[in-house]
Amino acid sequence: MNTTFKSMPNQASLQVQKENSMVKQKQMLSQHFMELSQVKETGKKVVYTFVPGNLIELILSFDMLPVYPEINALQSGMRKKSRDYIRSAEDAGYSEDVCAYVKCDIGMMLSGNIGPTGQQLPSPDLLLLSYTGCFVFMKWFENLQRLYNGVPIAMLHIPYQVNGGIESNMVEYVKNQLKTEVIPKLEQVSGKKFDATRLRQMMNLSSNAEDLMVKVFESAKHTPSPIDAYFGGVYYVGPIFTAFRGTDGCVDYYQELLSEVEERIDAGQGPISPEGAIDEKYRLVVEGPPNWTHFREFWKIFYDLGAVFVASSYTRVGGVYDEGFRHSAQDPLGSLAKYCMGCYTNLSLPMRIDMLARLLKEYKADGLLINSIKSCNSFSAGQLVIMRELENRLGIPVGFIESDLVDPRYYSYSNIKNRLDSFFQMLDQRKMFAVT
Amino acid sequence: MKLYLGIDLGSTTSKAIIVDEKGTIIGRGITNTRANYETAAEIARMEAEYNSRFSLLLHSINKVGGSSDELHSIINQVEVAFQYLQFHKRYQILHDNMRTTVEEKQRRQIKHILNDELDKVFKKIETDIRSEFLAGTVSTSTQFFRDIFSAHYMHEIESLEQSLFDDLVSIYEVSILSVENQVVSFDFSELVMNAVDLVVDNKNGKLDKFKSGVDAVASLDLAPADYIGTGYGRQLLPFEEKHIKSEILCHAFGAHNFFPKTRTVLDIGGQDTKAIQVDGHGLVTSFQMNDRCAAGCGRYLGYIADELSLSVSELGPMALECDYETNICSTCTVFAGAELRENLNLGEKRENILAGLHKAIVMRAFSLLARSGGVRNEFTFTGGVARNPAVVKYVSQMVKENYGDLTINIHPDSIFMGALGAALLSKNRRD
Repeated sequence: MNTTFKSMPNQASLQVQKENSMVKQKQMLSQHFMELSQVKETGKKVVYTFVPGNLIELILSFDMLPVYPEINALQSGMRKKSRDYIRSAEDAGYSEDVCAYVKCDIGMMLSGNIGPTGQQLPSPDLLLLSYTGCFVFMKWFENLQRLYNGVPIAMLHIPYQVNGGIESNMVEYVKNQLKTEVIPKLEQVSGKKFDATRLRQMMNLSSNAEDLMVKVFESAKHTPSPIDAYFGGVYYVGPIFTAFRGTDGCVDYYQELLSEVEERIDAGQGPISPEGAIDEKYRLVVEGPPNWTHFREFWKIFYDLGAVFVASSYTRVGGVYDEGFRHSAQDPLGSLAKYCMGCYTNLSLPMRIDMLARLLKEYKADGLLINSIKSCNSFSAGQLVIMRELENRLGIPVGFIESDLVDPRYYSYSNIKNRLDSFFQMLDQRKMFAVT
Repeated sequence: MKLYLGIDLGSTTSKAIIVDEKGTIIGRGITNTRANYETAAEIARMEAEYNSRFSLLLHSINKVGGSSDELHSIINQVEVAFQYLQFHKRYQILHDNMRTTVEEKQRRQIKHILNDELDKVFKKIETDIRSEFLAGTVSTSTQFFRDIFSAHYMHEIESLEQSLFDDLVSIYEVSILSVENQVVSFDFSELVMNAVDLVVDNKNGKLDKFKSGVDAVASLDLAPADYIGTGYGRQLLPFEEKHIKSEILCHAFGAHNFFPKTRTVLDIGGQDTKAIQVDGHGLVTSFQMNDRCAAGCGRYLGYIADELSLSVSELGPMALECDYETNICSTCTVFAGAELRENLNLGEKRENILAGLHKAIVMRAFSLLARSGGVRNEFTFTGGVARNPAVVKYVSQMVKENYGDLTINIHPDSIFMGALGAALLSKNRRD
């Protein structure tokens, strides 16, 4: 049912506020895409890889450039191009039920592989699969290998944290694959020798950036929170989760970001939305990725009501840092192995529940929102169990909505708004009842 | 006297409830108009207001000690006659509309044939419906003008030759919509006194006290002290934000009002099904609703009824006559329609297929309930579909099979639960 709502945002009329860190991130990205567009001249080799548990330091240490297909897909979603890309992938035979990131990416490649900056992306010299927790990733690269005839694949098998933690034999197993499978392939494709010293230096920079990033996210423990750890958070994790971890630029970015956040804390100011500072009324934790095709419209539902996300599981999709993990110069390969196994979707369900329970308590949240994503089994399977368990354990209200990553056919504004209205009124009732 | 109004704008019907300071229901109104939500809200509100005046009339007569069984029965008869007069007014509008439609749309040579036929049919229906109303065999709480009229109309014209029949059906279909979508207002005391004339003989003046009561009640200002709109169309009401509440909260609160021990509410409406968990204060703790597909909802039954040329209210009782339930595999309404025809062609009994279709709906509702956290004691079933006896049968069966011997509540006012919750929330408002 197509219903028009009075509060439907007019995208064009929104005044966008940009912070320095945002500008800086944009510069980093355009530099990166510029380099990607010049590989023919520079001779740099290109590695396609995925965000969860990525091996970016290793890739950069070989002077190779990463391309993240799922980042391209989400960018296409935000730029309203995903519908056409998905359609062309479906024309090529992909079923409606296939993950929309895959179809969006394949569709983009079939349409000339034009990246988010309008420049053509180079073809891969290597497909590096460093996270197998998502089975789709494996199939995705099998399809890319067919599309880019004969491109080599390096595959790292990642054990799931089925027993609730990372065991030492698991670390050895992954380290061994790094030594015997991944590093030799990187050497072969780049034509360079593995440089352990360089990797150790990068590990130090990673760890510095990670310390800063944890401070940024933990700032949300303040009331009011100076950040939105979901809608803002997806930008804040950008440099660390993609092409820049292990670089000086990445450390600078987080320094800049942290100083902005600290300024807001001192000023008692809430997070900045595209329409200005948010006056915090509700503190929420969210489980699941956001929808990208209607990102702004989706966010607006929340900031219009003064709802701020103080923590989210999605900003742990690349890796979990706030429980102590850091990349380590003392044990580069061991820490990379742990990083690959430590990303959020590789945690067992009880671990995810414990983590969300901790976040809800530590960040003094009023409730939990679950965005169940049609495309993503890694996230969505088990969310009802998570919901039930957290309701029982903490007696908190949980809202449950459904959408998709980049398939606009699965984002219904009126259905989402309808459920969220009920959710927020449920929160109001609780608050009012608690007062009286 | 302070009154509170709750309006529930559903996808199929719009409901209004008026409660007093104690939260007692004093008026109910319901309409099936498909006009815009503002009109639907106004029609439902007016119905509830007329209904309130009758309850207040009864109340005031009780109060002055004029209470007698005879008087009560008279008031009830008068209310029915009042409804008949309301019906009659719409009936007249419909007749005029249909004449206009004939004038605008039909070939000149058959205009007079159609008009003659319409006059004949309308005259017959008027007599029949009037006597049915006055004999108390028409229930306006379960049927709308369209249902009552069209059943008679189709009956009257079905024996006519095909082309005349087709013309009359299309004239009716073109003309009925604007009747349903029109706000028809009445002068309460005038209409009541006309109604009195229809049912009682007042030659000896025994109704004089009644007359003064009517005048007093008619002049009462029933404007609500506060109000809340809810339901599917709530966002489209010209109400301020604070007068709009989610139907999840309203249904839960309405159910809690009648059955305070309710912990799980299932509401099956026209095109959404809601599974709601509530606490001891009537506050929602968790909910799930369908939003990809409406195959488990009231519209599904409406579609099946259309396929079988039956009215929706006939489906449930017919399904209860089954020997067993035909297995229906389709989760999609349209495919279920195809499955229905296929089974009929294979010689399957209509009752058995209908039973299978009812069971299929309930199974969908139960998967939603499971998602929301299951069924806890006590369980309250609300919404328009709770009036369907076959749905009730399968709901009770499945509660027992899956969750054990729980108390199952179904209130006669179940269709009004959202509107009631809205009225009560506006009464309890603290902001």
